[in-house]
Amino acid sequence: MHPERDADIELRLLIEAIYLKYSYDFRDYSGASVKRRVIHALRQFELKTISALQERVLHDPSAFMQLLQFLTIPVSEMFRDPTHFLAIREEVVPLLKTYPSLKVWIAGCSTGEEVYSMAILLREEGLLERTIIYATDINPHSLEKAKQGIFSMENIRGYNENYLKAGGKRLFSEYYTAAYDYAIFDKTLRENVTFADHSLATDSVFSETQLISCRNVLIYFNKKLQDRAFGLFHESLCHRGFLVLGSKETLDFSGYKNQFEPLVKQERIYRKS
Amino acid sequence: MRTIFPDPSSEHPALPVVDAIVVGASAGGVEALLKIYRTLPRGFRLPILTVLHVPDQRRSHLAEVFAQTLKIPVKEADDKETIVPGTLYFAGPSYHLSVENDFSLSLSQEERVFHSRPSIDVLFESAADAYGERLAGVLLTGANNDGARGIARISEYGGLTVVQDPAQALARTMPDAALALHTPDFLLPLPDIGLLLVELERIAC
Repeated sequence: MHPERDADIELRLLIEAIYLKYSYDFRDYSGASVKRRVIHALRQFELKTISALQERVLHDPSAFMQLLQFLTIPVSEMFRDPTHFLAIREEVVPLLKTYPSLKVWIAGCSTGEEVYSMAILLREEGLLERTIIYATDINPHSLEKAKQGIFSMENIRGYNENYLKAGGKRLFSEYYTAAYDYAIFDKTLRENVTFADHSLATDSVFSETQLISCRNVLIYFNKKLQDRAFGLFHESLCHRGFLVLGSKETLDFSGYKNQFEPLVKQERIYRKS
Repeated sequence: MRTIFPDPSSEHPALPVVDAIVVGASAGGVEALLKIYRTLPRGFRLPILTVLHVPDQRRSHLAEVFAQTLKIPVKEADDKETIVPGTLYFAGPSYHLSVENDFSLSLSQEERVFHSRPSIDVLFESAADAYGERLAGVLLTGANNDGARGIARISEYGGLTVVQDPAQALARTMPDAALALHTPDFLLPLPDIGLLLVELERIAC
């Protein structure tokens, strides 16, 4: 027996309490990461035990909203993994162009970097005007940020490099207005974007889609929850629809492996079989 | 703290039985790791999980480079894969590597630890959680403070700890930081660490 067993018990109780009280379901998230984030939150809350945090969160919804900011991981960037976006441009876009109208789902969109990247790509390919993008996340604060489309100027240089490597056709600076330390993105990029609260752990499919992008979300899920998410994606995608994942995410260990085929395996681009 | 292995004055090295080995290194780490892992014979049966600080890039060739020169299977760790005994895993660039309580591996992009992702602390602390006392942790050369907390945690949970002798490390900051926080079971030069791992495997398997 080692001392952390107590914390493991407390952690399970906290996660269960959050589910019962707030319907946020972290029960099938990867344990090691959740535990680190809860312990990190403990320090910020200046509490000694996870049990104390549970008491606070159970009786104070605003404390839960604070904790949620620790439990979700807003690490993102625009055109992250540029070769991934280049492959979408080269391998997926020509096929998307055959549809008269498109629905794209960005699942786990966090603070919106993936949404604006996709919108820029679709605009340059002449597809944005006939596309509806559903951008979903479980964190209302992140969604609010995504809706605003304001990003820190200090990251823009890196995003610009990514954009160029991703096959960007214009000047990246055409898509935002610089204001002090912030880049305010062109609001016409989000004219056809619907931002919505949606949980891959508890909610169901809401629309048929042609393309789903879910990147660096599934690594935080255990295999069971990953399979639930793959099930939703499979159900939502049209015949021969596209699923794109993060660079370390794969269908290989999933029960849905045979229901998708890799289109560009290296770039985690799959197509419904 | 013992500073020599094997100890000629003691017949029984009194090593514990472990199920896995975790290793962390930074500056000077490639050479140090090669020196240790070349000692490992074909058929070595303990899993080894390694974090070597690498620059942010899309792909790393570490696993391929090591695979070409070692006698044991080497691969970059994938998300959700089950740890296979006898395999040497490297954490890939830009993602933390953790051990889950069911002995599978998981990747994450939480904040960096001492500017590092992958972080040695993240691997060591999660592995200590999963393996408890049946874990050996090895901290090698490096120029930052990552790994010190992790190796202390392994010891706290009853695992075996080994730190490279800072006097012989290419960069001594990392082993020094570990020694400031924790007195390891062994403080050793690289060749002794290799022999220790071989002996750990012999006892365990």
